Amino acid sequence: MNRLAGRTRSKRVRPRPDGWAWAGIVIVAAGLLLAVGGPLVAPHEVGAIISDSNFEAPGISTLLGTDTLGRDILSRLLHGARLTVGVALAATVLGFLIGMAAGFSAAEIKGRYDDFMLWLADMMLSFPPLLLALIVIASLSSSLPVLICTIAVLHASRVARVSRAVAMNIAALEFVEVARARGESLVSILVREIWPSTIRPLAVEFGLRLTYSILFLSSLSFLGLGIQPPDADWGSMVRENLNALQTGAYIAVLLPAFAIAILTVGVNLIVDWLGAVSGRSISEELTG
Amino acid sequence: MFKLIVRRLFLGLLTLLAITVLVFLGTEILPGDVAQAILGQAATPETVAALREKLGLNAPPWERYFTWLANILAGDLGNSLANGIPVDRIIGQRIVNTINLALYATVIALPLSLLLGLLSAAWPEGTFDRMTSSTTVFFISIPDFVIAIVLIIIFARELGWFPSVVHRPRWGDVPVALGQTFLPMLTLVLTILAHIIRMTRAAVLDVLKQPYIEMALLKGAPKSRIIIRHAIPNALGPIVNVVALNLAYLVSGVVIVEVIFTYPGLGRLMVDSVIFRDLPLIQVAALVFCGFYVALNISADVTAIMANPRLRFAK
Repeated sequence: MNRLAGRTRSKRVRPRPDGWAWAGIVIVAAGLLLAVGGPLVAPHEVGAIISDSNFEAPGISTLLGTDTLGRDILSRLLHGARLTVGVALAATVLGFLIGMAAGFSAAEIKGRYDDFMLWLADMMLSFPPLLLALIVIASLSSSLPVLICTIAVLHASRVARVSRAVAMNIAALEFVEVARARGESLVSILVREIWPSTIRPLAVEFGLRLTYSILFLSSLSFLGLGIQPPDADWGSMVRENLNALQTGAYIAVLLPAFAIAILTVGVNLIVDWLGAVSGRSISEELTG
Repeated sequence: MFKLIVRRLFLGLLTLLAITVLVFLGTEILPGDVAQAILGQAATPETVAALREKLGLNAPPWERYFTWLANILAGDLGNSLANGIPVDRIIGQRIVNTINLALYATVIALPLSLLLGLLSAAWPEGTFDRMTSSTTVFFISIPDFVIAIVLIIIFARELGWFPSVVHRPRWGDVPVALGQTFLPMLTLVLTILAHIIRMTRAAVLDVLKQPYIEMALLKGAPKSRIIIRHAIPNALGPIVNVVALNLAYLVSGVVIVEVIFTYPGLGRLMVDSVIFRDLPLIQVAALVFCGFYVALNISADVTAIMANPRLRFAK
C-alpha cells in the first residue's frame, strides 16, 4: 500500500516533454485535427476524377498532383485521414473496453473464471494476427464494422493480460477491500475503484496498441482487404498508386506512405516519453 | 523439464486444433453455400442441390468438420475453386519459395542484429548505443510496405541494381536467385533487425546488472571477458527466445513483402485466394502459416525452459 502510494506521488512530478515528445504531440494533434477537419476542407470529393491525365505533377489546381485515375491526391489524403485515424482509434478503444472488462473482472473475481480468461487470452495470442484477420475477412468480407471488430479483438487479448496484471495489484489494496465490505457491486468496483488507478500504467499500452492499429489497418488496406474503393485510407492509396513506381511519379505513392509513417512515429515518440516517465521501456512493450 | 516441455507441446497441439476449427468455421460455415460458389450464380437450384448432396453439405457441421479434418490429415487437400488444380500441386513450390526467402532474411539479419545489440549493450548510453536506439525506434514504427517502397525507388528504379519484381526465383542458380530476391530480403531484414537489436541489448544489460558481473568487475576481469564469458552465455536463453519470436513475426511480414514484390510465395497466394474467395486454397495456406507460427512459438518457449536452470530442473 505504502509502496504504491509512494509511487503515485513521485509520478506527479512529471518530467516535461523533451523535444522528441513535443514532436510526437504535435504530429498526433495534427493527425486528429486532419481526421476531424480534413474532409471538410478537402477541395474535391473522394472519388471525383478531376483530370484526364493520371499522375499529373503538383500544380496550382492540384496542389499535390493527381493519382492513378486522375483524382486529386490532396483531397484523397484529407478524406483518408478520417478513415485511417478514425478506424484505428475506434478499434483501439473498443479493444481496450473488451480487454479491460475481461482483465479487471478476472483480477477481481479470480478462481476458475480467471483461469478461463487467461487461457482464452493465451489461445488468442497464439494465432498469427494477420492470418486471423485474413480468415475473418475471407468469410465476412471487408467492411468498416468487420475491420474495427477484427482489430479490436486482436487487441483485446493482449490488453486483457496487461490490465489483469495491473488490476491484480490494485484489487489487493485496502480501499478495494473496503468497497467490497461496503457491498459495492462488481461493476461499481471495476469502474469506480480499479479503473481510475490503472489509467497511467495503461496509457503506454494504449499508445502502443494505437500504433499497431494504424499499421495493421494500413497493411490490410495495402493488401486490398481493408477499406474498399471508392473510399480510401492512406494504406489503400499506397496500393492504388503502386504503378507510379514504374512511371516515376513517386510522389503519388510516397505521400500516403509517409503520412502513415509520420503518424506512427509520432505516436511512438509519445509512447517512448510516457514509458520513460512510468519507467517502462518501449523494447519491453513491443515483445508481443 | 520434460513435463514442462510435454505440456507446452500439448498446448501447441491444442492451439493447432483450435486453429483448424476456426479455419473450418471461417471458410465452410460462414461464407454461405460452397456448392453455389463452385457452380457459380448461373446454376439451377436442382444442380446445386445435387452437388450439396454429393459434397455432404447436408450433414451436421461437426460431422463435416471431422470429415474435413480427416481428409486434410490424409493429405487430400481438395482442389482450387478457381481452376480445379489440386491444392497440393499449387502450394508445393510456393512453400519452398517462401521458406527460402525467410531463410535468406534470417541468415543475414541474425548475426548482424546480435552483433549490433551486443555492441550497444557493451557501451550503454554511448554514442553508438544512442545512434542505434534512435534508428531502431523509426524502423519499428514504420510499416514494412513503406520500407519496401523506399527500397524499390532507390535500388530498383533509380540505381537499377536489383529487380523490383520477382516473378520466378531461379533457385537452381544461387547467385542469380540471391540477386533477384535481394530487395524482398532486405525489407524483411530491416523489419526484424530493430526488434532483435533492442531485445538483445535489453537481455544483455539485464545480465550485466547481476551481482556476479559486479564480482567479476571487482576481480579485475576485462570488459571483453565479462561480456563474452559471463554475459553472453547467461543472456543466450532470452536472446534465442527473441529470435524465435521474430521468426514467427516473419510469418506475417512475408505476406506483405510477397505482395509488394509480386513474389510467388505462400503469402501472396493466401492474399489472392482471400480476394477471390478460393476457399480450399485459403484453408491450406492458413493451416501451413499457422503451423509454422505455432511451431516457432513453441520452440521459443522450449528454449526459454531449457535455458533457465530453475525451469530446467523443476520437478
